[in-house]
Amino acid sequence: MTTGTTTAPTTAMAGTPQRANRPRRNRLPLILIIPSLVLLISALGYPIGWQIVTSFKQYGLMQQFGAPAPFVGLDNYKALVTDPYLWTVVVRSIVFCIVTALVTVAIGGAMAVLMNAVSTWARVVLQVALLVAWAMPVVAAMTVWIWIVDWRRGLLNWALVRLGVDGAEGHNWLAEPLSFFVVASVIIVWMSVPFVALSIYAGLTQVSTEVLEAAALDGANGLQRLRHIILPLIAPVLSIVMLLQLIWDLRVFTQIKLLQDAGGVTNETNLLGTYVYQLGTGKGDFGTASAVSILILGLTIALSAYYVRSLMKEDV
Amino acid sequence: MHRSRVKRTLLTTLALVLAFAWAFPVYWMLNSAFLPNVVLQSATPTFLPFGGSFDNLVSVATDGSFGQALTISLIVTLTTVVAAIMIAFLGALAISRFRFRGRASFVLALLLIQMLPAEGLFIAQYKMMSSLGLLNQAIGLAVLYTAAVVPFTIWMLRGFVAGVPADLEEAAMVDGLSRTKAFLKITFPLLAPGLVASAVYAFLQAWNEFTVALVVMTEEQSRTLPLWLRGFVQASASRETDWGQVMAASTLVAVPVIIFFLIVQGRMSSGLVGGAVKG
Repeated sequence: MTTGTTTAPTTAMAGTPQRANRPRRNRLPLILIIPSLVLLISALGYPIGWQIVTSFKQYGLMQQFGAPAPFVGLDNYKALVTDPYLWTVVVRSIVFCIVTALVTVAIGGAMAVLMNAVSTWARVVLQVALLVAWAMPVVAAMTVWIWIVDWRRGLLNWALVRLGVDGAEGHNWLAEPLSFFVVASVIIVWMSVPFVALSIYAGLTQVSTEVLEAAALDGANGLQRLRHIILPLIAPVLSIVMLLQLIWDLRVFTQIKLLQDAGGVTNETNLLGTYVYQLGTGKGDFGTASAVSILILGLTIALSAYYVRSLMKEDV
Repeated sequence: MHRSRVKRTLLTTLALVLAFAWAFPVYWMLNSAFLPNVVLQSATPTFLPFGGSFDNLVSVATDGSFGQALTISLIVTLTTVVAAIMIAFLGALAISRFRFRGRASFVLALLLIQMLPAEGLFIAQYKMMSSLGLLNQAIGLAVLYTAAVVPFTIWMLRGFVAGVPADLEEAAMVDGLSRTKAFLKITFPLLAPGLVASAVYAFLQAWNEFTVALVVMTEEQSRTLPLWLRGFVQASASRETDWGQVMAASTLVAVPVIIFFLIVQGRMSSGLVGGAVKG
């Protein structure tokens, strides 16, 4: 789902599985996973299969009136590959995803280091603020942000005018693609930083103070300690968090869709998710929509491989 | 000494500024929710809700459409939570207490599936629901949500189930309890925190979800709360947006979730990167 998977305690260790050599229970685990299998195959497996098949079919005007869609082989894919608009959307999505994820991890990381350096009360204040922001349902958060950047009475324009920025009065930030994406990126960074900052902070608290003190005694300054001791130790957390941000920032349908509602420019601001939505529900072109969906799934799986492998290692 | 004190003050200030920046949009929502539209439409913003009232909140909450959306959200969410917990619990038992052929593939499939974005599936899910006549049906949306949360819920519960030693159960059996009784009396109570955590996870996912709901709940009277909020904003924008009302609507959607989230957040975040943190 959109906000991704945000919770999971793993304090419990993977336990010792029972000896599987009791014949009576051999079939039990298979029975236990039947409900999950049935559910996942019918609600996810079937749509994926349908999508693969449909991506080879052609949907046009005739199909909207009920004619069965003919198979056209790789035509949808060929059309997509040669469609400059798709490439625009793909490149735009990837650039948006990488920039937003990098900014998120940079700010989150800096905040984690900061939390480690300040006194307890200041840290707790920051943590509570982050948790409150994190807890905001995405649609509610988008609504507030749209109010803040509103061109007529929004707080942003008021503040900019106060700061002496010419032309901020009545400027609509959502009307131009570039400022639209800057706004989108700022909002998504705001939404994602809490998870990143708190995760990296959790990683930092594992770095032993003795090692740091020893390094300080040996004359390493703050920056050196950060680079040579802290960074290598928290590298695993950093890479996982970065990867999750990349995967999640590829699926920013809700945020982009709601900003498009408010701004009105759709074609210039489509990312992969909103493009599929437009193709499928707007134009009824299920063939092309399926082909783009397959592309999204492929990209996600490619990005997830490393993460999934690292989780599998936990499953002893 | 002096230099480090200055540095410390600077860092503390920075932390407070950042805390302010992250909490501010939430504060701004609450503040605006209490203010009448006349005040919000004036040229200078009002930063404190003095002279505000509960009028916006009351008028939004007593509007019939809010109650309708709340009912649908409750039905969908509760169905999802109950179904996901039951199905995932069985799955978690299977993978944490047994080694069986195909177990590794099952776990791998779960982990891959939980990464799949709704954006890559929703067109197909829309077609499926439409051919089954389940568009605009709470049960249809609940099935899709359950499937979306079950993989991660199994993964999450697996840790809890494995955390209860099987030996404990076996000891109870040696003491004369049947396997079922041993499970119900010994293992199940110890699993309660895990079940609660998973239920909260499923609840938050289903309650906040927007993308899939947008696609399969096409009619106005079958909107969930997030869809209702979007519709409310659009309806308000078609006149001249009444931001006081819109923020009141956002507040009604957000505040219960924020409170809920803060209560249970103890276990948040560490899980996703748990292995990495432990090194």
